[in-house]
Amino acid sequence: MASQRIFQLGLRRAMAPRLTKLQPAGRMIQRRLAATEHVGQSEGQEILAKQRLQRPVSPHLSIYRPQITWYASSLHRITGVVLSGGLYLFGIAYLAAPTLGWHLETPSLVGAVAAWPVWAKVSAKLFVAFPFFFHSLNGIRHLTWDLGWGFKNKTVIQTGWAAVGLTVASALYYTFLA
Amino acid sequence: MATTRAFARLATRRIGTDTFCSSTRLNCSYTNTRPAAVQPAIFARGLASVTDSAAREPISKVGEKIVPDPARKPIPESKTSTVKEPEPGKDAKIKTFHIYRWNPDEPTSKPKMQTYTLDLNKTGPMMLDALIRIKNEIDPTLTFRRSCREGICGSCAMNIDGVNTLACLCRIPTDTAKESRIYPLPHMYIVKDLVPDMTLFYKQYRSVKPYLQRDTPSPDGREYRQSKAERRKLDGLYECILCACCSTSCPSYWWNQEEYLGPAILLQSYRWIADSRDEKTAERQDALNNSMSLYRCHTILNCSRTCPKGLNPALAIAEIKKSMAFT
Repeated sequence: MASQRIFQLGLRRAMAPRLTKLQPAGRMIQRRLAATEHVGQSEGQEILAKQRLQRPVSPHLSIYRPQITWYASSLHRITGVVLSGGLYLFGIAYLAAPTLGWHLETPSLVGAVAAWPVWAKVSAKLFVAFPFFFHSLNGIRHLTWDLGWGFKNKTVIQTGWAAVGLTVASALYYTFLA
Repeated sequence: MATTRAFARLATRRIGTDTFCSSTRLNCSYTNTRPAAVQPAIFARGLASVTDSAAREPISKVGEKIVPDPARKPIPESKTSTVKEPEPGKDAKIKTFHIYRWNPDEPTSKPKMQTYTLDLNKTGPMMLDALIRIKNEIDPTLTFRRSCREGICGSCAMNIDGVNTLACLCRIPTDTAKESRIYPLPHMYIVKDLVPDMTLFYKQYRSVKPYLQRDTPSPDGREYRQSKAERRKLDGLYECILCACCSTSCPSYWWNQEEYLGPAILLQSYRWIADSRDEKTAERQDALNNSMSLYRCHTILNCSRTCPKGLNPALAIAEIKKSMAFT
């Protein structure tokens, strides 16, 4: 409707005798009702720079939905750090043992652990078994991805939960039965 | 509409010429004495009937004079299905939306979650409908990007109920007991409310030179040809709309945004690496051959999981890695 009005207005102005010579062409086409302040290029840049300093970062870890994809990945990283960190710690301690007078040889360790109460043995075994099996099984997934296999969403979810299930099963088996 | 506007512009052109003339004082006599025949031909009829008062009637009134065609009588409402406005309050499906708000005009204030309630019976099916309705009817200060409302522009990418997606492709869960939470894309600088600053993302896109690079002309001087198999390699790549859902779902991109390119840009990069017509494949691969640009991808696979277009950026990245490892 508005454009029709403008059309008529245009027609009438075109046909009507010209009373005033000064008449900007754009005036009848568009009239701004809301006034905006004009800001120059450099001034605008300044405002932008000031605003950029203040901008908050949107929430991420805390709001993203828990999914097997990124939970498994972060768990893979954590278990990797635990396993390799433990190995490094033990290796260095083993190297330093003769000079420091520690006894980390296999027979003395076996003897020490044998003296532990049952709950301590079980929880120690679980603490090693869970990271080990999760990292190993999930590592297979990562190796297949490096070959470009198993990237379908469904496959990723299935193999992810399969890795979790197998981890639980094998960790429990090696904790209590083996 | 567009044609009407063009007519209006034509109609005002004469006045425009006068303005120009009087301001410059050049050829004024010529312009003023210009005969009416110079007027555009489409207005000839209008000008001829100036004396006819009916011609000055608004165009809408001309329409009223048209005798209605009896064959086009409207079908009575008894014979059509009726969509009734739901009774307010009676069977209202009130859904609660928590929406992330931050206003740059109050820069010291913290971002906050604001709660809105909508009757789903009066709202369209998609999250974007809800947002637009909130903006139109409840709170005009709510700010978000939107354009095509059909998942082709990628403007309305945001984090809805914990997952990055396009608001226009995301249905509102009809379970009203569950409250929906809408955040902007994760780990991005926020311009206002749901609008993230995408400057870096677009710069990164630019850095992979997303265009055909080729020196040799085609053998017959016509278009560069591809076999069907070569073209098929680009399926699943060219559909990307650069909505940044995948990149901002990637924890690796959250922590290393400045250096890691992120899944969306790497998918675009692979789109050109895989293109049989492109001749700069080696250069493209070289540009990615450092510890950050490409190899910050740890196959977390959030990207493929979240892509609203059903593409597989993780696979594209794996293909780049393979192409660089096995050549």
